[in-house]
Amino acid sequence: MKRITLALAVTGVAAGMASAQQVPPSVVQYDEYGDVSEPLTATAGDPVQGRLVMASRGQGNCIACHAVSDMEEFPFHGEVGPPLDGVGDRWSEASLRGIVANAKNVFPGTIMPAFYKVEGYVRPGDAFTGKAAEGDLDPLLTAQEIEDVVAYLMTLKEG
Amino acid sequence: MRRLNVAALATGLAVCAAAPALADFDEVDELVINGEIEMTTRAEAPEHLNGVLPEIISGWRFRTDETQQLQMDDFDNPAMLAVDQATEVWNTALGSEGQSCASCHDDPAVSMEGVRAVYPKWDEEREQVQTLEMQINECVTERLGAEAWEYDGDRMIDMTALISTASRGMPVDVAIDGPAQSTWEQGREIYYTRYGQLELACANCHEDNWGNYIRADHLSQGQTNGFPVYRLRNARLNSTHQRFYGCIRDTRAETFPVGSPEFVALELYVASRGNGLSVEAPSVRN
Ligand code: HEC
Ligand code: HEC
Repeated sequence: MKRITLALAVTGVAAGMASAQQVPPSVVQYDEYGDVSEPLTATAGDPVQGRLVMASRGQGNCIACHAVSDMEEFPFHGEVGPPLDGVGDRWSEASLRGIVANAKNVFPGTIMPAFYKVEGYVRPGDAFTGKAAEGDLDPLLTAQEIEDVVAYLMTLKEG
Repeated sequence: MRRLNVAALATGLAVCAAAPALADFDEVDELVINGEIEMTTRAEAPEHLNGVLPEIISGWRFRTDETQQLQMDDFDNPAMLAVDQATEVWNTALGSEGQSCASCHDDPAVSMEGVRAVYPKWDEEREQVQTLEMQINECVTERLGAEAWEYDGDRMIDMTALISTASRGMPVDVAIDGPAQSTWEQGREIYYTRYGQLELACANCHEDNWGNYIRADHLSQGQTNGFPVYRLRNARLNSTHQRFYGCIRDTRAETFPVGSPEFVALELYVASRGNGLSVEAPSVRN
Protein backbone atom coordinates (compact mmCIF):
# COMPACT_ATOMS: atom_id res chain seq x y z
CA MET A 1 0.00 0.00 0.00
CA LYS A 2 2.71 2.39 0.99
CA ARG A 3 4.66 1.83 -2.19
CA ILE A 4 1.60 2.33 -4.38
CA THR A 5 0.73 5.60 -2.72
CA LEU A 6 4.27 6.72 -3.18
CA ALA A 7 4.22 5.81 -6.85
CA LEU A 8 0.96 7.67 -7.34
CA ALA A 9 2.35 10.68 -5.59
CA VAL A 10 5.39 10.65 -7.83
CA THR A 11 3.45 10.31 -11.10
CA GLY A 12 1.07 12.96 -9.85
CA VAL A 13 3.93 15.35 -9.43
CA ALA A 14 5.39 14.40 -12.78
CA ALA A 15 2.06 14.89 -14.55
CA GLY A 16 1.57 18.22 -12.83
CA MET A 17 4.97 19.38 -13.92
CA ALA A 18 4.43 18.16 -17.44
CA SER A 19 1.17 19.99 -17.88
CA ALA A 20 2.70 23.15 -16.54
CA GLN A 21 5.37 22.95 -19.23
CA GLN A 22 3.43 21.52 -22.16
CA VAL A 23 0.71 22.83 -24.38
CA PRO A 24 -1.91 20.04 -24.63
CA PRO A 25 -3.18 19.26 -28.17
CA SER A 26 -6.59 20.84 -27.62
CA VAL A 27 -5.25 24.31 -26.83
CA VAL A 28 -2.46 24.68 -29.40
CA GLN A 29 -2.77 28.11 -31.03
CA TYR A 30 -2.77 27.88 -34.85
CA ASP A 31 -2.79 31.14 -36.78
CA GLU A 32 -4.72 31.65 -40.00
CA TYR A 33 -1.96 29.92 -42.03
CA GLY A 34 -1.75 26.96 -39.66
CA ASP A 35 1.50 28.18 -38.10
CA VAL A 36 2.23 27.60 -34.39
CA SER A 37 4.65 30.22 -33.11
CA GLU A 38 4.80 29.17 -29.43
CA PRO A 39 6.92 26.07 -28.67
CA LEU A 40 4.87 23.21 -27.20
CA THR A 41 7.33 22.62 -24.37
CA ALA A 42 9.75 24.65 -22.27
CA THR A 43 12.65 22.40 -23.27
CA ALA A 44 14.25 23.36 -26.57
CA GLY A 45 13.96 20.71 -29.31
CA ASP A 46 16.87 18.32 -29.79
CA PRO A 47 17.60 17.74 -33.50
CA VAL A 48 19.45 14.48 -32.84
CA GLN A 49 16.39 13.03 -31.13
CA GLY A 50 14.12 14.50 -33.79
CA ARG A 51 15.97 12.68 -36.52
CA LEU A 52 15.43 9.38 -34.69
CA VAL A 53 11.75 10.11 -34.15
CA MET A 54 11.38 10.69 -37.89
CA ALA A 55 12.99 7.35 -38.73
CA SER A 56 11.21 5.21 -36.14
CA ARG A 57 8.24 3.24 -37.42
CA GLY A 58 6.62 3.40 -34.00
CA GLN A 59 6.94 7.18 -33.76
CA GLY A 60 6.97 9.66 -36.64
CA ASN A 61 7.72 7.19 -39.44
CA CYS A 62 8.00 10.32 -41.58
CA ILE A 63 10.24 8.58 -44.11
CA ALA A 64 7.35 6.24 -44.90
CA CYS A 65 6.18 9.12 -47.06
CA HIS A 66 9.15 11.51 -47.36
CA ALA A 67 12.70 11.13 -48.63
CA VAL A 68 15.46 12.88 -46.66
CA SER A 69 19.02 12.77 -48.07
CA ASP A 70 20.50 13.30 -44.61
CA MET A 71 18.76 10.14 -43.36
CA GLU A 72 20.16 7.74 -45.91
CA GLU A 73 21.28 5.13 -43.38
CA PHE A 74 17.62 4.37 -42.68
CA PRO A 75 16.23 2.20 -45.49
CA PHE A 76 13.17 2.76 -47.68
CA HIS A 77 12.15 6.37 -48.08
CA GLY A 78 8.65 6.93 -49.43
CA GLU A 79 7.39 8.98 -52.37
CA VAL A 80 3.97 9.96 -51.08
CA GLY A 81 5.08 13.37 -49.77
CA PRO A 82 7.69 15.79 -51.14
CA PRO A 83 11.36 15.25 -50.24
CA LEU A 84 12.22 17.22 -47.12
CA ASP A 85 15.66 18.40 -48.21
CA GLY A 86 15.77 22.16 -47.77
CA VAL A 87 12.55 22.48 -45.73
CA GLY A 88 14.49 24.59 -43.23
CA ASP A 89 14.90 27.18 -46.01
CA ARG A 90 11.37 26.93 -47.33
CA TRP A 91 9.49 27.24 -44.05
CA SER A 92 9.78 29.11 -40.76
CA GLU A 93 10.01 27.25 -37.49
CA ALA A 94 6.43 28.26 -36.68
CA SER A 95 5.20 26.83 -40.00
CA LEU A 96 7.08 23.58 -39.52
CA ARG A 97 5.63 23.23 -36.03
CA GLY A 98 2.17 23.78 -37.48
CA ILE A 99 2.76 21.30 -40.32
CA VAL A 100 3.96 18.55 -38.02
CA ALA A 101 1.32 19.20 -35.36
CA ASN A 102 -1.58 19.30 -37.84
CA ALA A 103 -0.69 19.52 -41.52
CA LYS A 104 -4.38 19.70 -42.42
CA ASN A 105 -4.42 23.36 -41.45
CA VAL A 106 -1.63 24.16 -43.91
CA PHE A 107 -2.53 21.73 -46.70
CA PRO A 108 -6.30 21.19 -46.64
CA GLY A 109 -7.24 17.56 -47.27
CA THR A 110 -3.63 16.37 -47.17
CA ILE A 111 -2.84 12.68 -46.69
CA MET A 112 -0.26 13.68 -44.05
CA PRO A 113 -1.45 12.62 -40.58
CA ALA A 114 -1.87 15.15 -37.77
CA PHE A 115 0.75 14.25 -35.19
CA TYR A 116 -0.53 16.39 -32.33
CA LYS A 117 -4.25 15.89 -32.24
CA VAL A 118 -6.48 13.66 -30.10
CA GLU A 119 -10.03 14.26 -31.31
CA GLY A 120 -12.23 14.16 -34.36
CA TYR A 121 -11.30 10.70 -35.66
CA VAL A 122 -13.56 8.16 -37.36
CA ARG A 123 -13.33 4.76 -35.60
CA PRO A 124 -10.06 5.46 -33.82
CA GLY A 125 -8.22 2.28 -32.92
CA ASP A 126 -6.05 1.09 -30.07
CA ALA A 127 -2.74 1.67 -31.89
CA PHE A 128 -2.33 -1.00 -34.61
CA THR A 129 -4.43 -3.75 -33.00
CA GLY A 130 -7.53 -3.19 -35.14
CA LYS A 131 -9.54 -2.90 -31.90
CA ALA A 132 -11.41 0.17 -30.73
CA ALA A 133 -9.45 2.71 -28.73
CA GLU A 134 -10.30 2.78 -25.06
CA GLY A 135 -10.19 5.96 -23.03
CA ASP A 136 -8.45 9.10 -24.14
CA LEU A 137 -6.17 8.98 -27.15
CA ASP A 138 -2.56 10.03 -26.98
CA PRO A 139 -1.33 12.19 -29.85
CA LEU A 140 0.87 10.32 -32.34
CA LEU A 141 3.89 12.26 -31.03
CA THR A 142 4.45 13.88 -27.65
CA ALA A 143 4.95 17.62 -27.36
CA GLN A 144 8.67 17.11 -26.85
CA GLU A 145 8.92 14.80 -29.87
CA ILE A 146 7.24 17.47 -32.00
CA GLU A 147 9.76 20.04 -30.79
CA ASP A 148 12.62 17.62 -31.50
CA VAL A 149 11.35 16.95 -35.03
CA VAL A 150 10.92 20.67 -35.71
CA ALA A 151 14.46 21.31 -34.46
CA TYR A 152 15.76 18.67 -36.86
CA LEU A 153 13.72 19.97 -39.81
CA MET A 154 15.24 23.43 -39.19
CA THR A 155 18.67 21.91 -39.84
CA LEU A 156 17.62 20.74 -43.34
CA LYS A 157 19.01 23.71 -45.26
CA GLU A 158 20.47 23.68 -48.73
CA GLY A 159 21.54 27.30 -49.19
CA MET B 1 2.30 13.14 -57.15
CA ARG B 2 5.66 13.84 -55.63
CA ARG B 3 7.16 15.95 -58.37
CA LEU B 4 3.89 17.71 -58.82
CA ASN B 5 3.69 18.74 -55.18
CA VAL B 6 7.15 20.20 -55.27
CA ALA B 7 6.41 22.11 -58.44
CA ALA B 8 3.18 23.40 -56.99
CA LEU B 9 4.84 24.48 -53.78
CA ALA B 10 7.70 26.11 -55.62
CA THR B 11 5.39 28.21 -57.75
CA GLY B 12 3.20 28.95 -54.77
CA LEU B 13 0.15 27.39 -56.36
CA ALA B 14 -2.39 25.40 -54.41
CA VAL B 15 -1.70 21.69 -54.67
CA CYS B 16 -3.98 20.11 -57.22
CA ALA B 17 -5.30 16.88 -55.76
CA ALA B 18 -6.90 15.66 -58.99
CA ALA B 19 -3.57 15.29 -60.79
CA PRO B 20 -2.87 11.74 -61.94
CA ALA B 21 -0.11 9.87 -60.16
CA LEU B 22 3.15 9.53 -62.04
CA ALA B 23 2.84 6.02 -63.34
CA ASP B 24 5.33 3.69 -61.76
CA PHE B 25 4.54 0.11 -62.60
CA ASP B 26 5.59 -2.65 -64.94
CA GLU B 27 4.49 -1.49 -68.38
CA VAL B 28 6.40 -4.16 -70.26
CA ASP B 29 5.68 -7.69 -69.08
CA GLU B 30 2.48 -9.51 -69.91
CA LEU B 31 0.84 -12.08 -67.68
CA VAL B 32 0.23 -15.40 -69.39
CA ILE B 33 -0.38 -18.38 -67.15
CA ASN B 34 0.94 -21.83 -68.06
CA GLY B 35 1.81 -20.37 -71.43
CA GLU B 36 -1.87 -20.31 -72.38
CA ILE B 37 -4.21 -18.23 -70.23
CA GLU B 38 -3.76 -14.60 -71.29
CA MET B 39 -4.59 -12.11 -68.58
CA THR B 40 -5.80 -8.57 -69.01
CA THR B 41 -3.76 -6.68 -66.40
CA ARG B 42 -4.44 -3.18 -67.77
CA ALA B 43 -7.84 -2.07 -68.92
CA GLU B 44 -9.96 0.97 -69.53
CA ALA B 45 -11.32 2.36 -66.27
CA PRO B 46 -15.02 1.60 -65.74
CA GLU B 47 -17.31 4.54 -66.41
CA HIS B 48 -18.57 4.79 -62.84
CA LEU B 49 -15.07 5.86 -61.74
CA ASN B 50 -15.59 9.18 -63.50
CA GLY B 51 -11.97 9.51 -64.50
CA VAL B 52 -10.37 9.15 -61.05
CA LEU B 53 -8.04 6.51 -62.53
CA PRO B 54 -6.57 6.90 -66.04
CA GLU B 55 -6.74 3.11 -66.47
CA ILE B 56 -7.12 0.14 -64.17
CA ILE B 57 -4.07 -1.97 -63.43
CA SER B 58 -3.71 -5.30 -61.69
CA GLY B 59 -1.58 -5.54 -58.56
CA TRP B 60 0.56 -8.03 -60.50
CA ARG B 61 2.18 -5.15 -62.39
CA PHE B 62 3.40 -3.58 -59.14
CA ARG B 63 5.35 -6.60 -57.99
CA THR B 64 8.95 -7.60 -58.64
CA ASP B 65 9.91 -9.90 -61.51
CA GLU B 66 10.46 -12.77 -59.07
CA THR B 67 7.02 -12.41 -57.52
CA GLN B 68 5.40 -11.97 -60.93
CA GLN B 69 7.03 -15.15 -62.15
CA LEU B 70 5.59 -17.27 -59.35
CA GLN B 71 2.15 -16.62 -60.75
CA MET B 72 2.97 -17.51 -64.33
CA ASP B 73 3.09 -21.26 -63.93
CA ASP B 74 0.82 -23.34 -61.73
CA PHE B 75 3.76 -25.53 -60.75
CA ASP B 76 5.45 -22.48 -59.21
CA ASN B 77 2.32 -20.91 -57.75
CA PRO B 78 2.26 -21.88 -54.06
CA ALA B 79 -1.51 -21.28 -53.94
CA MET B 80 -2.10 -24.34 -56.07
CA LEU B 81 -1.59 -26.61 -53.06
CA ALA B 82 -4.68 -25.03 -51.54
CA VAL B 83 -6.57 -25.63 -54.77
CA ASP B 84 -5.64 -29.33 -54.59
CA GLN B 85 -6.85 -29.49 -51.02
CA ALA B 86 -10.13 -27.83 -51.93
CA THR B 87 -10.58 -30.28 -54.79
CA GLU B 88 -10.51 -33.13 -52.28
CA VAL B 89 -13.10 -31.40 -50.12
CA TRP B 90 -15.19 -30.75 -53.23
CA ASN B 91 -15.45 -34.47 -53.85
CA THR B 92 -16.03 -35.51 -50.22
CA ALA B 93 -19.49 -36.03 -48.76
CA LEU B 94 -19.92 -33.79 -45.71
CA GLY B 95 -22.81 -33.26 -43.32
CA SER B 96 -26.15 -34.96 -42.76
CA GLU B 97 -27.29 -35.23 -46.38
CA GLY B 98 -24.46 -37.47 -47.56
CA GLN B 99 -23.76 -35.01 -50.35
CA SER B 100 -20.61 -33.39 -51.65
CA CYS B 101 -20.19 -30.25 -53.74
CA ALA B 102 -19.62 -32.60 -56.67
CA SER B 103 -23.02 -34.25 -56.15
CA CYS B 104 -24.69 -31.07 -57.41
CA HIS B 105 -21.94 -29.33 -59.36
CA ASP B 106 -19.91 -32.18 -60.85
CA ASP B 107 -16.67 -30.84 -62.36
CA PRO B 108 -15.85 -27.40 -60.94
CA ALA B 109 -13.83 -26.45 -64.03
CA VAL B 110 -17.10 -26.59 -65.97
CA SER B 111 -19.84 -25.77 -63.48
CA MET B 112 -17.99 -22.89 -61.81
CA GLU B 113 -16.83 -21.18 -64.97
CA GLY B 114 -17.51 -17.45 -64.73
CA VAL B 115 -18.73 -17.56 -61.13
CA ARG B 116 -15.84 -15.72 -59.45
CA ALA B 117 -16.09 -12.94 -62.04
CA VAL B 118 -19.58 -11.81 -60.97
CA TYR B 119 -19.26 -12.03 -57.16
CA PRO B 120 -20.27 -10.35 -54.90
CA LYS B 121 -23.76 -10.39 -56.39
CA TRP B 122 -27.39 -9.90 -55.51
CA ASP B 123 -29.14 -13.00 -54.20
CA GLU B 124 -32.83 -12.97 -55.12
CA GLU B 125 -33.93 -15.37 -52.43
CA ARG B 126 -32.04 -13.84 -49.54
CA GLU B 127 -32.52 -10.33 -50.86
CA GLN B 128 -28.99 -9.24 -50.13
CA VAL B 129 -25.62 -8.95 -51.82
CA GLN B 130 -23.70 -12.18 -51.24
CA THR B 131 -20.01 -12.87 -51.45
CA LEU B 132 -18.68 -16.17 -52.72
CA GLU B 133 -18.04 -17.18 -49.11
CA MET B 134 -21.68 -16.53 -48.19
CA GLN B 135 -22.86 -18.57 -51.18
CA ILE B 136 -20.53 -21.43 -50.28
CA ASN B 137 -21.87 -21.43 -46.73
CA GLU B 138 -25.42 -21.46 -48.07
CA CYS B 139 -24.59 -24.73 -49.84
CA VAL B 140 -22.65 -26.12 -46.89
CA THR B 141 -25.48 -25.57 -44.42
CA GLU B 142 -28.63 -25.95 -46.52
CA ARG B 143 -27.62 -28.53 -49.11
CA LEU B 144 -24.94 -30.59 -47.39
CA GLY B 145 -26.49 -30.22 -43.97
CA ALA B 146 -23.16 -29.38 -42.37
CA GLU B 147 -22.03 -26.70 -39.93
CA ALA B 148 -21.19 -23.36 -41.54
CA TRP B 149 -17.51 -22.93 -42.30
CA GLU B 150 -15.57 -20.17 -40.63
CA TYR B 151 -15.74 -17.13 -42.93
CA ASP B 152 -12.01 -16.81 -43.32
CA GLY B 153 -10.92 -20.29 -42.26
CA ASP B 154 -8.49 -22.18 -44.49
CA ARG B 155 -11.17 -24.51 -45.78
CA MET B 156 -13.24 -21.55 -46.98
CA ILE B 157 -10.37 -19.62 -48.54
CA ASP B 158 -9.10 -22.74 -50.28
CA MET B 159 -12.55 -23.37 -51.75
CA THR B 160 -12.80 -19.82 -53.08
CA ALA B 161 -9.40 -20.37 -54.70
CA LEU B 162 -10.61 -23.55 -56.42
CA ILE B 163 -13.79 -21.88 -57.66
CA SER B 164 -11.77 -18.88 -58.89
CA THR B 165 -9.52 -21.03 -61.08
CA ALA B 166 -12.55 -21.78 -63.25
CA SER B 167 -12.80 -18.07 -64.13
CA ARG B 168 -9.15 -17.27 -64.70
CA GLY B 169 -8.72 -14.91 -67.62
CA MET B 170 -12.38 -13.85 -67.66
CA PRO B 171 -13.09 -10.18 -66.99
CA VAL B 172 -14.35 -9.14 -63.56
CA ASP B 173 -17.93 -8.07 -64.15
CA VAL B 174 -19.86 -7.34 -60.96
CA ALA B 175 -23.25 -5.66 -61.23
CA ILE B 176 -23.56 -2.37 -59.40
CA ASP B 177 -27.05 -1.29 -60.41
CA GLY B 178 -30.52 -2.64 -59.71
CA PRO B 179 -30.99 -4.15 -56.26
CA ALA B 180 -27.21 -4.12 -55.57
CA GLN B 181 -26.93 -0.37 -55.96
CA SER B 182 -27.48 0.70 -52.35
CA THR B 183 -24.90 -1.83 -51.13
CA TRP B 184 -22.47 -0.57 -53.76
CA GLU B 185 -23.04 3.00 -52.59
CA GLN B 186 -22.38 1.98 -49.00
CA GLY B 187 -19.12 0.42 -50.13
CA ARG B 188 -18.12 3.56 -51.99
CA GLU B 189 -18.78 5.62 -48.89
CA ILE B 190 -16.47 3.35 -46.86
CA TYR B 191 -13.80 3.55 -49.58
CA TYR B 192 -13.62 7.32 -49.25
CA THR B 193 -13.88 7.56 -45.45
CA ARG B 194 -10.68 8.54 -43.66
CA TYR B 195 -10.48 6.09 -40.79
CA GLY B 196 -8.35 5.91 -37.70
CA GLN B 197 -5.82 8.13 -36.04
CA LEU B 198 -3.86 8.36 -39.29
CA GLU B 199 -7.05 9.53 -41.05
CA LEU B 200 -6.47 7.53 -44.21
CA ALA B 201 -9.07 6.34 -46.68
CA CYS B 202 -8.54 3.54 -49.18
CA ALA B 203 -8.55 6.29 -51.81
CA ASN B 204 -5.65 8.16 -50.18
CA CYS B 205 -3.35 5.24 -50.86
CA HIS B 206 -4.84 3.35 -53.80
CA GLU B 207 -6.38 6.18 -55.82
CA ASP B 208 -4.15 9.19 -55.07
CA ASN B 209 -0.84 7.40 -54.59
CA TRP B 210 -0.78 4.17 -56.60
CA GLY B 211 2.64 3.73 -58.16
CA ASN B 212 4.34 5.51 -55.25
CA TYR B 213 6.37 3.87 -52.54
CA ILE B 214 5.11 4.15 -48.98
CA ARG B 215 8.24 3.11 -47.14
CA ALA B 216 9.11 -0.37 -48.50
CA ASP B 217 5.69 -0.99 -50.04
CA HIS B 218 4.94 -0.21 -53.65
CA LEU B 219 1.34 0.99 -53.71
CA SER B 220 -0.93 -0.66 -56.25
CA GLN B 221 -4.49 0.33 -57.04
CA GLY B 222 -5.69 -2.14 -54.41
CA GLN B 223 -7.61 -4.22 -56.95
CA THR B 224 -9.25 -7.46 -55.83
CA ASN B 225 -9.13 -9.41 -59.11
CA GLY B 226 -6.33 -11.60 -57.73
CA PHE B 227 -8.12 -12.72 -54.56
CA PRO B 228 -7.66 -14.98 -52.76
CA VAL B 229 -3.99 -13.99 -52.87
CA TYR B 230 -1.02 -16.06 -51.77
CA ARG B 231 1.16 -13.58 -49.86
CA LEU B 232 4.84 -14.34 -49.54
CA ARG B 233 4.90 -12.27 -46.36
CA ASN B 234 2.71 -14.68 -44.39
CA ALA B 235 3.13 -17.68 -46.71
CA ARG B 236 -0.57 -18.45 -46.98
CA LEU B 237 -3.69 -17.65 -48.94
CA ASN B 238 -5.38 -14.43 -47.85
CA SER B 239 -8.99 -13.45 -48.44
CA THR B 240 -10.24 -10.07 -49.58
CA HIS B 241 -11.65 -9.28 -46.16
CA GLN B 242 -8.37 -10.15 -44.45
CA ARG B 243 -6.63 -7.67 -46.73
CA PHE B 244 -9.26 -4.98 -45.98
CA TYR B 245 -8.84 -5.70 -42.27
CA GLY B 246 -5.07 -5.24 -42.51
CA CYS B 247 -5.28 -2.03 -44.51
CA ILE B 248 -7.77 -0.43 -42.09
CA ARG B 249 -5.84 -1.65 -39.04
CA ASP B 250 -2.77 0.08 -40.47
CA THR B 251 -4.56 3.41 -40.26
CA ARG B 252 -4.74 2.95 -36.48
CA ALA B 253 -8.47 2.40 -36.75
CA GLU B 254 -11.00 0.02 -35.30
CA THR B 255 -11.64 -2.18 -38.33
CA PHE B 256 -14.84 -3.91 -39.36
CA PRO B 257 -14.98 -7.66 -38.80
CA VAL B 258 -14.25 -10.12 -41.58
CA GLY B 259 -17.60 -11.13 -43.10
CA SER B 260 -19.37 -8.00 -41.81
CA PRO B 261 -22.01 -6.22 -43.93
CA GLU B 262 -19.59 -3.29 -44.22
CA PHE B 263 -16.88 -5.46 -45.74
CA VAL B 264 -19.37 -7.17 -48.06
CA ALA B 265 -20.36 -3.74 -49.36
CA LEU B 266 -16.74 -2.66 -49.63
CA GLU B 267 -15.89 -5.86 -51.48
CA LEU B 268 -18.60 -5.19 -54.05
CA TYR B 269 -17.43 -1.61 -54.52
CA VAL B 270 -13.73 -2.45 -54.80
CA ALA B 271 -14.50 -5.35 -57.19
CA SER B 272 -16.43 -2.91 -59.39
CA ARG B 273 -13.36 -0.67 -59.64
CA GLY B 274 -11.69 -3.65 -61.30
CA ASN B 275 -14.49 -4.47 -63.78
CA GLY B 276 -12.59 -5.37 -66.94
CA LEU B 277 -9.43 -6.82 -65.38
CA SER B 278 -9.03 -10.58 -65.62
CA VAL B 279 -9.80 -12.82 -62.68
CA GLU B 280 -6.30 -13.88 -61.64
CA ALA B 281 -7.07 -15.79 -58.50
CA PRO B 282 -5.31 -17.40 -56.86
CA SER B 283 -2.56 -14.86 -57.45
CA VAL B 284 0.80 -14.27 -55.77
CA ARG B 285 1.79 -11.02 -54.07
CA ASN B 286 4.31 -10.02 -51.43
C1 HEC C 1 1.10 9.47 -45.11
C2 HEC C 1 2.05 10.38 -45.68
C3 HEC C 1 2.86 11.35 -44.84
C4 HEC C 1 3.47 11.15 -43.61
C5 HEC C 1 3.48 9.89 -42.74
C6 HEC C 1 4.15 12.38 -43.30
N1 HEC C 1 3.94 13.30 -44.29
FE1 HEC C 1 4.73 15.19 -44.38
N2 HEC C 1 3.70 15.56 -46.13
C7 HEC C 1 2.98 14.62 -46.84
C8 HEC C 1 2.48 15.24 -48.04
C9 HEC C 1 1.65 14.54 -49.13
C10 HEC C 1 2.93 16.58 -48.04
C11 HEC C 1 2.67 17.69 -49.07
C12 HEC C 1 1.47 18.48 -48.73
C13 HEC C 1 0.32 17.98 -49.54
O1 HEC C 1 0.36 18.16 -50.76
O2 HEC C 1 -0.60 17.38 -48.99
C14 HEC C 1 3.70 16.74 -46.82
C15 HEC C 1 4.36 17.92 -46.47
C16 HEC C 1 5.29 18.03 -45.45
C17 HEC C 1 6.14 19.18 -45.23
C18 HEC C 1 6.25 20.41 -46.13
C19 HEC C 1 7.24 19.97 -47.21
C20 HEC C 1 7.74 21.00 -48.21
O3 HEC C 1 8.53 20.61 -49.06
O4 HEC C 1 7.34 22.14 -48.19
C21 HEC C 1 6.89 18.89 -44.12
C22 HEC C 1 7.95 19.78 -43.48
C23 HEC C 1 6.51 17.56 -43.66
N3 HEC C 1 5.53 17.07 -44.50
C24 HEC C 1 7.07 16.92 -42.57
C25 HEC C 1 6.69 15.66 -42.10
C26 HEC C 1 7.17 15.07 -40.88
C27 HEC C 1 8.20 15.69 -39.97
C28 HEC C 1 6.52 13.88 -40.72
C29 HEC C 1 6.57 12.89 -39.58
C30 HEC C 1 6.55 13.37 -38.25
C31 HEC C 1 5.68 13.71 -41.88
N4 HEC C 1 5.80 14.81 -42.69
C32 HEC C 1 4.88 12.58 -42.13
C33 HEC C 1 2.75 13.29 -46.46
C34 HEC C 1 3.16 12.70 -45.26
C1 HEC D 1 -1.69 3.62 -45.67
C2 HEC D 1 -1.92 3.12 -46.97
C3 HEC D 1 -3.08 2.21 -47.27
C4 HEC D 1 -4.42 2.39 -47.04
C5 HEC D 1 -5.10 3.57 -46.35
C6 HEC D 1 -5.10 1.26 -47.60
N1 HEC D 1 -4.21 0.39 -48.15
FE1 HEC D 1 -4.62 -1.28 -49.25
N2 HEC D 1 -2.64 -1.66 -49.43
C7 HEC D 1 -1.61 -0.87 -48.94
C8 HEC D 1 -0.34 -1.48 -49.24
C9 HEC D 1 1.03 -0.92 -48.87
C10 HEC D 1 -0.63 -2.68 -49.93
C11 HEC D 1 0.37 -3.70 -50.49
C12 HEC D 1 0.89 -3.22 -51.83
C13 HEC D 1 -0.23 -3.04 -52.81
O1 HEC D 1 -0.71 -4.01 -53.43
O2 HEC D 1 -0.71 -1.89 -52.97
C14 HEC D 1 -2.08 -2.75 -50.05
C15 HEC D 1 -2.77 -3.77 -50.71
C16 HEC D 1 -4.14 -3.79 -50.91
C17 HEC D 1 -4.82 -4.80 -51.70
C18 HEC D 1 -4.17 -5.97 -52.40
C19 HEC D 1 -3.94 -5.71 -53.86
C20 HEC D 1 -3.32 -6.90 -54.56
O3 HEC D 1 -3.20 -6.86 -55.79
O4 HEC D 1 -2.95 -7.87 -53.91
C21 HEC D 1 -6.15 -4.48 -51.65
C22 HEC D 1 -7.29 -5.25 -52.31
C23 HEC D 1 -6.28 -3.28 -50.84
N3 HEC D 1 -5.04 -2.89 -50.42
C24 HEC D 1 -7.48 -2.64 -50.57
C25 HEC D 1 -7.60 -1.57 -49.68
C26 HEC D 1 -8.87 -1.04 -49.23
C27 HEC D 1 -10.22 -1.52 -49.71
C28 HEC D 1 -8.59 -0.04 -48.35
C29 HEC D 1 -9.52 0.75 -47.47
C30 HEC D 1 -10.42 0.01 -46.66
C31 HEC D 1 -7.16 0.09 -48.30
N4 HEC D 1 -6.59 -0.87 -49.09
C32 HEC D 1 -6.48 1.06 -47.56
C33 HEC D 1 -1.75 0.35 -48.29
C34 HEC D 1 -2.96 0.93 -47.94
